[in-house]
Amino acid sequence: MLQIPCPWCGIRDESEFSYGGEAHITRPLNSENLTDEEWADYLFMRKNTRGAFLEQWQHAQGCRRWFNIQRDTVSYKISASYKVGEQPPQGMGNEK
Amino acid sequence: MKNNRLQGEGRINRNRPLNFIFNGKSYQGFEGDTLASALLANDVHLVARSWKYHRPRGILGSGAEEPNAIVQLEKGRLTVPNARATQVELYEGLQASSVNCWPGLEFDFLSINSLFSRLMPSGFYYKTFMWPKKLWMSYEHVIRKASGLGVSPELPDPDRYEKTYAHCDVLIIGAGPAGLMAALAAGKMSARVMLVDEQSEFGGSMLHSNETINGQPAQDWVSDTCEELASMQEVKLLPRSSAFGYHDYNFVTINERLTDHLPTGQKTGGRERLWKVRAKQVVLATGALERPLVFANNDRPGVMLSSAVMQYVNRYAVAVGQEIVIFTNNDSAYETAMTLLEAGLKVIAIIDNRINPGSSMADQLRSEGVKIIDQSVVVDVKGSKRINAVQVMSLQPGGDKVTGSVQTIACDLLAMSGGWSPVIHLSSQSGAKACWDDEKACFLPGVPIQHERSAGASNGCFDLKNCLSEGMLAGNEAAQQCGFEVDASIQLPVVNEVIFNRIKPLWLVPSMFKAGRGPKQFVDMQNDVAASDIMLAAREGYHSVEHVKRYTALGFGTDQGKIGNINGMAILAQSLQQNISETGTTTFRPNYTPVTIGSIAGMNLGGELFEPVRKTAMHGWHKQEGAEFENVGQWKRPWYYPRAGESMLDAVNRECLATRNSVGIIDASTLGKIIIEGKDSGEFLNRLYTNAWKKLDINKARYGFMLGEDGMVMDDGVTIRLEENKYFMHTTTGGAAPVFSWMERWLQTEWPELEVFLTSVTDHWATAAVVGPNSRKVVSAVCEGIDFDAQAFPFMSSREGLVNGIEARINRISFSGELAYEVNVPANYGLQMWESLMAAGEQYDITPYGTESMHVLRAEKGYVIVGQDTDGSVTPVDLGMDWVVSKVKDFIGRRSLYREDCVREGRKQLVGLLTLNGSDVLPEGGQIVEDPNASIPIPMIGHVTSSYYSANLGYSIAMALVKGGLSRMGETVHIPLADGKVIAAKISSSIFYDADGEKQNV
Repeated sequence: MLQIPCPWCGIRDESEFSYGGEAHITRPLNSENLTDEEWADYLFMRKNTRGAFLEQWQHAQGCRRWFNIQRDTVSYKISASYKVGEQPPQGMGNEK
Repeated sequence: MKNNRLQGEGRINRNRPLNFIFNGKSYQGFEGDTLASALLANDVHLVARSWKYHRPRGILGSGAEEPNAIVQLEKGRLTVPNARATQVELYEGLQASSVNCWPGLEFDFLSINSLFSRLMPSGFYYKTFMWPKKLWMSYEHVIRKASGLGVSPELPDPDRYEKTYAHCDVLIIGAGPAGLMAALAAGKMSARVMLVDEQSEFGGSMLHSNETINGQPAQDWVSDTCEELASMQEVKLLPRSSAFGYHDYNFVTINERLTDHLPTGQKTGGRERLWKVRAKQVVLATGALERPLVFANNDRPGVMLSSAVMQYVNRYAVAVGQEIVIFTNNDSAYETAMTLLEAGLKVIAIIDNRINPGSSMADQLRSEGVKIIDQSVVVDVKGSKRINAVQVMSLQPGGDKVTGSVQTIACDLLAMSGGWSPVIHLSSQSGAKACWDDEKACFLPGVPIQHERSAGASNGCFDLKNCLSEGMLAGNEAAQQCGFEVDASIQLPVVNEVIFNRIKPLWLVPSMFKAGRGPKQFVDMQNDVAASDIMLAAREGYHSVEHVKRYTALGFGTDQGKIGNINGMAILAQSLQQNISETGTTTFRPNYTPVTIGSIAGMNLGGELFEPVRKTAMHGWHKQEGAEFENVGQWKRPWYYPRAGESMLDAVNRECLATRNSVGIIDASTLGKIIIEGKDSGEFLNRLYTNAWKKLDINKARYGFMLGEDGMVMDDGVTIRLEENKYFMHTTTGGAAPVFSWMERWLQTEWPELEVFLTSVTDHWATAAVVGPNSRKVVSAVCEGIDFDAQAFPFMSSREGLVNGIEARINRISFSGELAYEVNVPANYGLQMWESLMAAGEQYDITPYGTESMHVLRAEKGYVIVGQDTDGSVTPVDLGMDWVVSKVKDFIGRRSLYREDCVREGRKQLVGLLTLNGSDVLPEGGQIVEDPNASIPIPMIGHVTSSYYSANLGYSIAMALVKGGLSRMGETVHIPLADGKVIAAKISSSIFYDADGEKQNV
């Protein structure tokens, strides 16, 4: 079971959290101008990263805040935790 | 009955004899015995039949590794399948029986399999029972019966199981020399220490060792050390506790057995406790397991592991044989020989594959008359249910072939040692990759990934002196990592140094037969996997160790390859002409030893604590009125209220008729309720719902649809505008929590600029829906301060008033198409409100109804239930509800409604179905076809989502999702049933009653 650092509450057990998948996906504002493929890319396509990955979690059994972490999908090591709206660690991003 | 008990003391209590029953026969052992040691003391060697060939099997080992002595403990509700006799502590009245034999252990009918074993190679079942496919079911039945292990209990488990959480600085697993020393070191540094060991006593190998520590028997040092540890405030000692899983972030799961060692009548409290431990640092001192040697008939009763023989003699004072031969490839078996001599037993010979294995012990043994036959191997044993001789041959130089004549040596016990395998299971589970050590001929723990370290035998260190020093180092280091300072006063105990000669690996004992011929040389005894099976798998093209495992069953079962895996992998490597590092090992996964389901379930094992139960404020009233309840999520909702002699259908018909003809009342408290406030609430609702909200008047209500971003219907409900910037949202009962989370997520992650606050008030309000033409009379009699005039309080509006002087909110909304009012009061006043409404309704014969009638009434009106008439692949357009979808604003899921797939022809659409025979009620989930006589598989064009008998209409009604359904009005379709009957139905509008919606507007 992971230990996840909530930026508001500190380190807690994974069982207090729920998972939200890849972080930093922005909802397109002009959706009516998008092709089906562009919309589907936003809607369905997610990265399957081996290594450092930016992802969303909610402290569901705690403060109920959503936040982002950087987690290595191989070692499960969490190397950063930051609030929604903040920038990911330097040089990191879930580039397409 | 023969008694094998020795004079020596051992660790048994001769003042406490214990009676027990094995396979129906009574025996006696002593306190401190395991079932295995007590059986051996009574000269019972034959304890089991093997899994596939039903060969007679005896006790091989002395602990968790035991592959053969698997027993069924106790009977009925208390029965435990597949207990390892070597780990079952004896108690008064214990009852056990062998598994896997029929009709009995001595005469096993299926031992005939053994005669045909040549015909049952690896993959036999796959190869033989594949065809014809239809018969597999019956083959499987017979095979399972013939090859199972123990029998699962058929009655509910009467025991209680507990769970507990713990945090510590240093968790030490294994309380042998290394573990005890590590605990002592870390404990003296004042670290918070947990020391766990699977045995009833701490000490590990020292409990049966002949060695001395500080000039005293090792056992004395063990008891002194345990005493010292017990006196340390921050040290927690957990005997009878198996650390069975090492998970991420130093999370270790431990199964503590609290009462298994007690007689049935004396067991009180919980049976087991599951510890979930988060440790800052872990020391793995899990010891090592001895490997067997792989030669012909090495599975016969009377062939045992050398360390087990020593343990039975020294710890349990049991002579497992009188005339003993030892077969080894390393020095540790020489200690066993010394022990046997000291106990007055006869060691006839030591067979060693090495050339002139000249340790100091060898010289001493020779002087005591033990014949040491070097450069030789045991190629076979004689005897079936107990060995009576071994056959020995010399090795050619090079060691891979035998030579010369066969020498037969009579004996009743063969103690074997094929070297030691460190117990690296937990290290491997923690993520460290095991690495092969050629010199020690074993896998060693890999470089730690987590905060752990191995010490002692589990680290490949097999002598006492180094175990103690590694333990001390590990304890110091672990506590230091937690910020404690090393206690300078700690000293290493004084131990005699023993020089061990190098092991000579002997994975597969050469024989006079060609590879794969001759009697079976067993590798994995529990799964009846012989060397020939592994070689066959290699020949057939299985080269990955993981594949070979699954093809041959090597390493499955209750022992998970503790005995067989290393030999098996080495034999595979030889067959593939690789070295062992190249072949590698299979993955070690939790659990190290089997764990009861009860332990994992804990207090949640059925009954009231299985899941939280949510009850409305009026629950007691419903119960008193005899309601049957339905689970809706965690809620208990009244399903229907049967009167004496009524069937469910009778009750539902009565409730539905009463509601439409006079007045009914239903507890609607469970619907999700969320208050949305803040200056951007209207904008937020606009984005959340498919329809528009900003222009809704205060105290007016509107029905809304919520979609996922994929455009599929997610939830629905009525939302009321309470104030300029405050809305009251209803969700479905099941949707309350997910919808709340959904809203939070959008507000926090995508639209943080919106000023909106959410409050869940589902539990704060009790709600009664009063429904039917007489509802106005009933509600207006109870509620004060509200003008109930039809124009003053129109449909889809909301008012505040008082019920018995308590603040109340009345919503004129309807889920039945009737005139209806939902009365909300703070939950604590719910029952009072309900009883007032019942009293006021008495003159109209007000009828309480449950969820079933609610479903019928709404289906008569064609109202959908999200999750019943939709399944996550249905858009509002598919439901024919385009009117609820705004064309002018954006909302979640909007763009998806124009995706190619969402606008194509032939999507499933919601329609009504009327059976041609009105008394036929379609089964929900029924598959719809056009032509029931079409050839199989008949193309399916849809399915029934809701179906009821409508007492108000006098015939059955149904809703269905049908391909292109909205353009098929009037067509006849067919619903074939499982029993061969086919029901014909006509596609209709899904509104069956009051199509113009007049009744709710009166």
